[in-house]
Amino acid sequence: MTSAPTNAASSQSNASGGGEDILVVTDLQKHFPIRRGLLQRKVGAVQAVDGMSFTVRKGETLSLVGESGCGKTTTGRMLTRLLEPTGGTILFEGRDITHISMGKMRPLRRDVQMIFQDPYGSLNPRHTVGTIVGAPFRLQNVKTEHSTKKTVQELLELVGLSPEHYNRYPHEFSGGQRQRIGIARALALKPKLIVADEPVSALDVSIQAQVINLLEDLQDELGLTYVTIAHDLSVVRHMSDRVAVMYLGKMVEIADRTPLYERPMHPYTVALMSAVPIPDTGRRTKRDRIRLEGDVPSPINPPSACRFHTRCWKAKEICSTIEPPLAELAPGHRVACHFPENLIDLPVPAVRADSPAAP
Amino acid sequence: MTTSPTLEGGDPAVRPGIGGFLQVKDLRVHFPTDDGVVKSVDGLSFNLELGETLGIVGESGSGKSVTSLSIMGLHPPGTAKISGQVLLKGDNLIGASREHIRKLRGKNMAMIFQDPLSAMHPYYTVGHQIIEAYRVHNNVSKQVARKHAIDMLGRVGIPQPGSRVDEYPHQFSGGMRQRAMIAMALSCDPELLIADEPTTALDVTVQAQILDLIRDLQQEFNSAVIIITHDLGVVAELADNILVMYAGRAAEYATAHEIFTAPQHPYTWGLLGSMPRLDRERAERLRPIPGTPPSLINVPTGCPFHPRCVYAELNGGACETDRPEFLEISPRHFLACHLSSQDRQRVWENDIKPML
Amino acid sequence: MITYIIRRLIAAVGLLVVVSIITFSIFFVVPRIAGGTPETLATRYVGRAATAETVHLTAQKLGFYDPMTVQYANWAKGIVMGENYDYGAGVERCPAPCLGYSFITRQPVWPDLLDRAPVTASLAVGASILWLVAGVATGVLSALRRGTIFDRAAMGLALAGVSLPIFFTGLVSLAFFSYTLGWTAPGGQFVPLTENPAQWAYSMILPWITLAFLFSAQYARLTRAGMLETMHEDYIRTARAKGLRERNVVIQHGLRAALTPILTIFGLDVGLLLGGAVLTEKTFSLNGLGKYAVDGIVSQDMPKIMGVTLLAAFFIVIANLVVDLLYAVVDPRVRTQ
Ligand SMILES: Nc1ncnc2c1ncn2[C@@H]1O[C@H](COP(=O)(O)OP(=O)(O)OP(=O)(O)O)[C@@H](O)[C@H]1O
Ligand SMILES: Nc1ncnc2c1ncn2[C@@H]1O[C@H](COP(=O)(O)OP(=O)(O)O)[C@@H](O)[C@H]1O
Ligand code: SF4
Ligand code: SF4
Ligand SMILES: [Mg+2]
Ligand SMILES: [Mg+2]
Repeated sequence: MTSAPTNAASSQSNASGGGEDILVVTDLQKHFPIRRGLLQRKVGAVQAVDGMSFTVRKGETLSLVGESGCGKTTTGRMLTRLLEPTGGTILFEGRDITHISMGKMRPLRRDVQMIFQDPYGSLNPRHTVGTIVGAPFRLQNVKTEHSTKKTVQELLELVGLSPEHYNRYPHEFSGGQRQRIGIARALALKPKLIVADEPVSALDVSIQAQVINLLEDLQDELGLTYVTIAHDLSVVRHMSDRVAVMYLGKMVEIADRTPLYERPMHPYTVALMSAVPIPDTGRRTKRDRIRLEGDVPSPINPPSACRFHTRCWKAKEICSTIEPPLAELAPGHRVACHFPENLIDLPVPAVRADSPAAP
Repeated sequence: MTTSPTLEGGDPAVRPGIGGFLQVKDLRVHFPTDDGVVKSVDGLSFNLELGETLGIVGESGSGKSVTSLSIMGLHPPGTAKISGQVLLKGDNLIGASREHIRKLRGKNMAMIFQDPLSAMHPYYTVGHQIIEAYRVHNNVSKQVARKHAIDMLGRVGIPQPGSRVDEYPHQFSGGMRQRAMIAMALSCDPELLIADEPTTALDVTVQAQILDLIRDLQQEFNSAVIIITHDLGVVAELADNILVMYAGRAAEYATAHEIFTAPQHPYTWGLLGSMPRLDRERAERLRPIPGTPPSLINVPTGCPFHPRCVYAELNGGACETDRPEFLEISPRHFLACHLSSQDRQRVWENDIKPML
Repeated sequence: MITYIIRRLIAAVGLLVVVSIITFSIFFVVPRIAGGTPETLATRYVGRAATAETVHLTAQKLGFYDPMTVQYANWAKGIVMGENYDYGAGVERCPAPCLGYSFITRQPVWPDLLDRAPVTASLAVGASILWLVAGVATGVLSALRRGTIFDRAAMGLALAGVSLPIFFTGLVSLAFFSYTLGWTAPGGQFVPLTENPAQWAYSMILPWITLAFLFSAQYARLTRAGMLETMHEDYIRTARAKGLRERNVVIQHGLRAALTPILTIFGLDVGLLLGGAVLTEKTFSLNGLGKYAVDGIVSQDMPKIMGVTLLAAFFIVIANLVVDLLYAVVDPRVRTQ
C-alpha cells in the first residue's frame, strides 16, 4: 500500500494506488436550516454533514459507517445529487456535479444510482415489477436492445429473480426479493456508481447473506463501484475495500478495511467495534469492553472542536478547544484525533488480536 | 439451574418432578385469516428458572413475538386460537380468566418492546407512565409512586431523574426511552421479564449499554429473563440457554455455550454460517441459507426446514413426511432433526466447524 | 409555547382581515366589476323611486365615489369603531360594530344579529354536546365490538344519519314527536335560556336531536375509525402489558389519542354552526342567524347577508384558534416543539 500523490481537486491524499478515482469529494457539507419563532427566521442549522473529504476509486467498495443520525444517508443522497450540498464539491469522473442543474442531471442519473434501505417503502405497491424495473428506461427515454420487457426480464434473472415475476406486484414478494427488485431497478441503466443505503439492514441474516453475495457478484461481473452505507460493522467488514467512520456529520477515520479493523486508531472506532456483540459466549468475560456513556449529541449544537469529546474516555482539554485534523497517521489511514489509539505497532485487543494480517 | 424443555404427550423426555418457574408446554397459537390459518406457533415447549436468561432466536416471522405475547396474555381476545399450557409457578395462564392474567401482568411478568418511541404514549410524561404501572398493582399515593418512579429512572441510569421524570417520551433519546421502558417494566419488581428485540432499534453503542443494563438488573433482581432477538451476538452476550425457533417450532435448545460451540441443527448451522463475524477472519464469501422462510399458512410437511436443508436427502424421505420430534439428544440439549447422530457429528466436524 | 400562542393569534387576526377583504370585495367590488356604478349601488339604499339627485347624494355620502381602498378602510373602520351616517336631515350614529342598515327594514343589522344569535347559539351548543357524547360513545363501542351486531347496527344507522337530509328527519320527527305524540314543542317557539331553562330545553330538544343525529353519525364513524387505529398502536399494548384495567386502557390511552383529530373537526363544526344552521332553523322555524341570512337573500337585502357572512366567518376563525390552542394543551409534542 503506497501513498499516491494528492489529487489536484482534493486537499486529501489518495491512499493505495491502483484504480482511478471515480468520485472525489472535498469538504462536503449539508446544513438543514431550522426555522423558528414568529417570522420563521433561520435560527440555526442541523449540521447533518459538515466537511467530508474522500475519494472513491473505480471498482472498489467504500463503506460509510456510524451511528444513527451521523449523516450517512445525507452524504449518500448528496453523492447521487438527490440533495444539493450547501458546501464543498463533488467531482464525478472529473466533472463537478455539486450544483449541477436538473436538466444536466439526466446523464448523471444513468451513471449514478441509489439502492434504498427500506425494501417495502421504496417500491410503488401499485406498479408491477416490470413497470418498476423498466421505469428508468422510460424516464430516460433509453432505447433498449430488444424490447424493454426482454431487457427487464434479463435484469430480473441477473438479480436472481425469475422472468415470470414480470407481471407481479411488490407485495407478493419477501423482503429479500424486494431488495432484489430494487437492485434490478438500480442496475437497469448500467450505472457506474451505486450508492447503497443500508441495502441489507431490513433483511434477516440468512437473506442478508444472499443479497450481499449478489451485490458482490454483480460488482465483479459489471465492474461496479459501490458506496455502501451501513451501521453493522460485521457486514461492513465483509463488503468493503475501504471504510470511512462518521461521527456527527464528520469523518473521524478512513482506512483500508484490514488496517481499520485490526488497528482502529480513532477512539470512537475502537468503541464502536468493542460494542459489537460477538456470537461467542467465550468472549463474554474475556473481551475488555469500552462502553461509551450517553447518546450521540444533537447535530444542531454539536460539541466544539472534536465532536466526540463529550463521550470520549481519552478526552483532554485540547479536545474541546482545537479540532483535530484528519491526518494520515499510517499510509492510507487518516484519523482525526489528538490522542489516537494503536499508534505504535501494538496488537489490538478490541476485536481480535490473533487474526493474521490480511492477504 | 437445571432447566429443560419438556414435551407433551408421553414423550420420554418428560421427566416428572422437574418443575420450573415458567413452563411452556406444547404451545400453539393459530390465527384464522382470510387466506387460511396462520400457524404462528405450533407446538412449542420450554422451561425457565428464576435467575435464568433464555434467549429465543429465529428469523422474522418465526413466532418469537407471538410466543411472548401469548405468555403475557396480550393477544386480543378473538384473534388467536391458543392451546397448550403456560405455567407460571404452576398456574396455567392459558384459559385463565382475563382479570386473573391482568393482575399478573406488570406485577409478576413484564415486557419491554422493540421500538421504545411507539411503545410509550406520546401524550403522557415518562413519569406518569411509570407511576401508572406502579399504582395499578400497589395501593400507594401519587407522591410515593412518583418517588418510586424517580428512583427507578435513576436505577436504569437516567441522569437527573428528578427533572426528567416530568418530560415526555419525545424529549428522550432512543437509548433513554428504552431505559425508561425498562424502568417501567421493572417498577413492580416482576419475576419474569420478557424483552422482545429490546435493542433492535438502537445504535450499537447504545445497544451495548442496554444489554449491560439488562444483565446487571437481572442479577440484582434475580428475575427470569426471556430475551428475544434475531441477532445471535445479542443472545451470546446475555443468555444462559438458547432456543432456536423456525417456522413456529423449536429447532434446537441448548446452553448458549453449546449452541455456539457444538450446534446440532442444520438451521442453526445455517444461521451461524450466513452471518459475517467480526471475531473471525473475513471469509471471501458468505454462505447463505438457500431459499426463503416458509409461509406459515402452508407450512412444509415433515420438517418445515426441509425445502432449504441441504442434508434432507440423507434421511431417506423422512424429512419431507415426518415431523421430527424435539428430543433430548444429550443432557439439556434438545433437537428436532431426523439426522442420525453419526451423520450430524460427521457433517459438523467435516463441513461446518471448519467454516465457522 | 408563548410564541406558538402569539403566532396563532396573529394568524387568526390575519385571517380575519383576509376574510373581511373577501367579504367586502363580494359585496362592494364585484358589483362594480360586474358593471354596477356608484349610483346603482346607492339605489339599493334609497329605493328605485328616488330621484337621480337623491341617489347621487346618497352615493356621495356613503363614499361610493372614493377609491376602493379608501372605501374598504372606512368600511372596516366602521365595523371596528362605529360610524356616523349623515343623511342630510341629521347625523345618525351607528355604533360599533357597524354592519350597516337593512335596505328593507332600515334597521341597523348588528342589533338584529344580536337578537338572533342566542337562538343559533342554543341550537349549536346543545346539539354539539349531544352529538359529541352520542357520536363518540357509539364510535368507541363500535370499535371495541367491531364486527358484532351492535357495530353493524350502529354503523348502518350512522350511514342513514349521514345520508338523510335534515329537513326530512326534521319534518318526520316534528310530525311524529310533536304533532302526533305531543311530547315536544312544535316548531318556532324559542324560549331564551335566561327566561326559563326548562322551557328553553323543551323548545330546543327536537332541533337538537335532529341536528345531533346528523352529526353524531359522522362522529361515530370518525371515532370508530380513529379508535380502531389507535387500539393497534404499540403504546396500547404497553398499557395492557402494565396490567391496566381494560377500561383505563381504552379511555385513558386509546380514546385520549383518538380524540385529538376529532377535536379539530368538532371545533370547526361548532364554529360553522354558530354562524347559522340554515336548514335546521328553516325546518323548525327558528329565528336564528341562518334564517336571517336566508331572509336577506330572498329579499336581496345585502347588509343582512353581509352581516351574517362576517359573523359566521368570525366564528370560524375563532373556532380555528381555539382548536389550535387546544391542540397544544392536548398534545405535548406541539407544546414542547
Ligand atoms: N430534511 C432534513 N431536515 C432537517 N434535518 C435533517 C433532514 N434530513 C436529515 N436531517 C438530519 O441530519 C442528520 C443526519 O441524517 P441522516 O439521515 O444522514 O443520518 P444517517 O446517518 O443516515 O442515520 P440512520 O443510520 O439513522 O439512517 C440527522 O440529525 C437528521 O435528523
Ligand atoms: N394477529 C395476527 N394475525 C395473523 N397473523 C399473525 C398475527 N400476529 C402475528 N402473525 C403471524 O405470525 C407469525 C409470527 O409472528 P411473530 O411472532 O411476530 O414473528 P417474530 O418471530 O418475527 O417475532 C408471522 O407470520 C406473523 O405474520
Ligand atoms: S480528539 Fe480527543 S476527544 Fe476527540 S477522539 Fe481524540 S482523544 Fe477523544
Ligand atoms: S429434519 Fe431433515 S430437513 Fe429438517 S433439519 Fe433435519 S435434516 Fe434438515
Ligand atoms: Mg440513514
Ligand atoms: Mg417480532
